[in-house]
Amino acid sequence: MRVAVCVKQVPDTEARLRVNRDGRWVDEEDLPFQINESDEYALEEGLRIAEATGGEVVVFSLGPERVKDALRKALALGAAKAVHLSDPAFSGGDALATGRALAAAVRRDEEGFGVVLTGSQSDDVGYGSTGSVVAGALGWPHAWLVMGVEVADGGGAAEVTREMESGKNEVFRLPLPAVLAVQAGINHPRYASLKGIMQAKRKPVEALGPADLGLDPASVGEAGSRLEIVSVDFPASGEGAQMIEGDAATAARALVEKLRTEARVL
Amino acid sequence: MAKTWIVLQQREGRISRISWEAIAAGQRLAGELSGGKAEAVLLGSGVGELAREVAVADLAAVHVADHEALAGYTPGAYVGALASAIRDAAPDFVVFPHTYQTVDYFARLAHEAGAGLLPEVTGFERGDGGLVFRRPILGGKLVARVRVKGEGPVLVSVQSGAFSADSAARGGSAEVRELPVDGAAVRADREILRVEDAGGDQVDLTKAEVIVAVGRGVGGEDKLGPIRELAAALGAEIAASRPVVDNGWLERDRQIGSSGQTVAPKLYLAAGISGAIQHVVGMKGSGVVVAINKDPGAPIFNLADYGIVGDLHEVVPALTEAVKEAKGDG
Repeated sequence: MRVAVCVKQVPDTEARLRVNRDGRWVDEEDLPFQINESDEYALEEGLRIAEATGGEVVVFSLGPERVKDALRKALALGAAKAVHLSDPAFSGGDALATGRALAAAVRRDEEGFGVVLTGSQSDDVGYGSTGSVVAGALGWPHAWLVMGVEVADGGGAAEVTREMESGKNEVFRLPLPAVLAVQAGINHPRYASLKGIMQAKRKPVEALGPADLGLDPASVGEAGSRLEIVSVDFPASGEGAQMIEGDAATAARALVEKLRTEARVL
Repeated sequence: MAKTWIVLQQREGRISRISWEAIAAGQRLAGELSGGKAEAVLLGSGVGELAREVAVADLAAVHVADHEALAGYTPGAYVGALASAIRDAAPDFVVFPHTYQTVDYFARLAHEAGAGLLPEVTGFERGDGGLVFRRPILGGKLVARVRVKGEGPVLVSVQSGAFSADSAARGGSAEVRELPVDGAAVRADREILRVEDAGGDQVDLTKAEVIVAVGRGVGGEDKLGPIRELAAALGAEIAASRPVVDNGWLERDRQIGSSGQTVAPKLYLAAGISGAIQHVVGMKGSGVVVAINKDPGAPIFNLADYGIVGDLHEVVPALTEAVKEAKGDG
């Protein structure tokens, strides 16, 4: 089965962030980027499905030049080919604009896919919605927060496990092709081998713009979105919290004292 | 006149608390838009009694889509029932509780209904050129202010806890109306086989009085020793945020948060936990919260009562010593 995996490149969640000059996003200069966490799990799940069914993975990503690093990594991990929606017109899109553009790129592939996998939520804007929009635009069934996929009926269906609230999972059958938005923790993602990294250099990366997808530039990216970010800010830090200063030993003693005499919980 | 809808979530014959939070948000939104009243939408099978329960809220109407295909949740049936209703009535905003179920289907609904989509809102206010909505980005490290542009309805989900359920205005007697359902459009698109426990609930953290919770910042399973010693000194249970469990450093039944357990101990000590909302919803009811994190910008400090900025691998052993000393004195 051929598997499409959509990944997003996002800022390293541990990185120190600054607001950029126009105040509408974080300053990306010197900011380390990585493949979005749940997308890494989606890629691993895609590779496993392709390996088990004798297929291949094509990885899709939308974003600027830096996204090539994420695509190279996906190729090093085992994807056969990469498709990069690289035109600047695609950037700044909401989940609807981005999802529709990705769906158009998936549909453009002539050999077709048995399943499209995405991560469940991006670690930057966190709409949690792109995969469902891809499904809507393709007219395929979908599921979000997927914690298990078993391909059944020779690729005609899948038994899917979806995470629910309060520690329960729902298990259901979904006809394929479908779009599955994968939750972090579904598997243990592999590491790239040296051989994989070398091979990735020779694998194809296709760059696409709106015209290649038959899309009006006004329907993609920021122009095609219903949302506009006015500003981004840090919430007031430590609001309400008493910050305890000093080296580890001093702070620890001061904290215990406060927990005993002030909060009275020890 | 501007129109605001609120789509309620019900499970096993009950309106969830977060649906009442969505009612509160929708009432405020309707007030901001036109000074009018919001309208609620309830989907299900045989939910007339529930509709009357909702009708005590101060609403213009409760629309009920009652159909046997809506007895259980599937995205196909829910999108089928709501897409045409939204196209026909063209509300300006449709408010949803931000739950796993909502996120599973409402992006697809937005696509099918030709609507915009604004997930996980924590608040809104009137700004230059209209309403400005707040939502967390980058794991809650920053807050984005977002404006809606273009024509047509917008689907908005409101984050758990962002609006108080108790603030929902009651004392109304909203008219309960039937929302026509096109049986051909309302089709289950998945065949539900079963519901099972995600990771077994052998460890019941809800009864613990003291919890020491670790996050990604602990760095590995081999580094949990000092955490266990602190927990032992405090007589605490050990718990974790999701990344720790995903990495296999602790068992899934010790996970706190939206996909794990919800706890409210007397003392919650969070070490190396940044404080993403998915974790916070599982512990915000705790009595006293202590946060240790090397990042002074970690959102957990906005929630904590006491905070120490530092390396948990230094602070935690020091804390264990300090607790032992204090208990020895006592």
